[in-house]
Amino acid sequence: MRDVAIIGVGCTKFGEMWERSFRDIVVEAGAQAIGDAKLNGEEIEAMYVGNMSGGQFVSQEHIGSLIADFTGLASTFHIPATRVEAACASGGLALRNAIIAVASGYHDVVVAAGVEKMTDVETGVTVDALASAADREWEGFMGATFPALYAMVARLHMHRYGTTRDQLAQVAVKNHHNAVNNPRAQFRNEITLDTVKNATMVSDPFTLFDCSPITDGAAAVIVAPAEDAKKYTDSPVYVLGSGQATDTISLHNRADFCTFGASVAAGQRAYEMAHVTPNDIDLCEVHDCFTIAEILAIEDLGFFKKGQGGPATLAGETAIGGKIPINTSGGLKACGHPVGATGIKQAVECVEQLRGTAGKRQVDGAKIAMTHNVGGTGGTAVCHIFSNERRK
Amino acid sequence: MGVPRFWREIPARYNLIGSKCETCGAFYFPPRRFCPECRRQGKMAPYQFKGTGEVVTYTTIYTPGDSWIGGKPYVLAIVKLDEGPHLTTQVICDPAEVKIGMRVKKVFRKIGEDGDKGMIHYGTKFVPA
Repeated sequence: MRDVAIIGVGCTKFGEMWERSFRDIVVEAGAQAIGDAKLNGEEIEAMYVGNMSGGQFVSQEHIGSLIADFTGLASTFHIPATRVEAACASGGLALRNAIIAVASGYHDVVVAAGVEKMTDVETGVTVDALASAADREWEGFMGATFPALYAMVARLHMHRYGTTRDQLAQVAVKNHHNAVNNPRAQFRNEITLDTVKNATMVSDPFTLFDCSPITDGAAAVIVAPAEDAKKYTDSPVYVLGSGQATDTISLHNRADFCTFGASVAAGQRAYEMAHVTPNDIDLCEVHDCFTIAEILAIEDLGFFKKGQGGPATLAGETAIGGKIPINTSGGLKACGHPVGATGIKQAVECVEQLRGTAGKRQVDGAKIAMTHNVGGTGGTAVCHIFSNERRK
Repeated sequence: MGVPRFWREIPARYNLIGSKCETCGAFYFPPRRFCPECRRQGKMAPYQFKGTGEVVTYTTIYTPGDSWIGGKPYVLAIVKLDEGPHLTTQVICDPAEVKIGMRVKKVFRKIGEDGDKGMIHYGTKFVPA
């Protein structure tokens, strides 16, 4: 296997973009990434696009062809373009497939993009579309919504480990605080614990502010063999590790509802491939689709013991400047969560941190960064570990 | 949910019929063709659960999706059946009444419908025992 590097990144602004189409935003992200890597475009050999549900959100399938077409890579170059889907982990999975394609020697320069256009339909349609990331026949049919499934995890975590309402709310407060300094973020405003606790009830104990928003957005990264990376950029970011794992699609079939086995396994696989431990990670972008999800993630990835995620969050250990900065981008909660794009956006944030170009969000001296992208209620997890130094 | 898709699962939805692996003795709900423990050595047979169990965790839903036709808020729970497996279901009770560990039993109820002219979906909900 060859070592792989990211040589260019691009990401649109996240938010409600009613004036822009699905294809517009992914083309913008791709063009930014190509410009960032100083490519002409004809070097691009293949593309992987992460997209959860073009079918339900914009009634469009066959996303690979569509994106290759509108990025100008189909009619002249006829590049192979593949859409990958693992619900909210579609972006992370697109990146993993691009990395595997380069590592194997099959391709040299590959684009991994992620896109979702969620605001072209009404909220109720979105709620149903997102529920299709869980088991439609045995969870969705019984009236389970996505927030409800995570709310049941939160309820049990609170019951078993003593996690408090304030600890959950602090996840959202901290992520909004980080997003203030992220020009791409959907919500760039500070909030307080009371903002979270007094908001409209969605699915008890969650209010609207425990939930990531409905977002349009796209992101793209370009990967190439590590030995060629310096040809394209002065600041390549190297892929040290990649891990992917599955678990049962329904929450109710798990042995334990307070841990995501797929997160644990994907994290372990990424750590092993990278030859690092959780203590070596300088920052991590985790999948905080709901406040409890960030607490689960920092426990499952080994940053804190089970049950300690909540107290650590409230104590500021996951803030920028804390023991392990989590979600410097603002996370899914405040940066926004265009489902298929999220996994790629996480990688873009890591690249900017490792290049030292994250501005006021910068984690001083960051050398190793990690991403954690989850599909559904933990049915899929994809983790990546990046560094600004080549593997020793 | 279309007619054939609903109709296929009627035995399991109406009667809580899942699977038992005759090889290792494990119970499963919903039904499975393959035992995850024994895989091809497994021998799956239909098994009707008694329909008694307890609430493991729960939430009260205030914002259902568009396809939802019932009243709101409503209580959703993961219930552990006395035979072992868990399922996601609704508990018909006052949201203030539900708690972790509460004993519940199955009841046959309307779940939803496919528009004004489509079929009516029935299934199993739970009530405090």
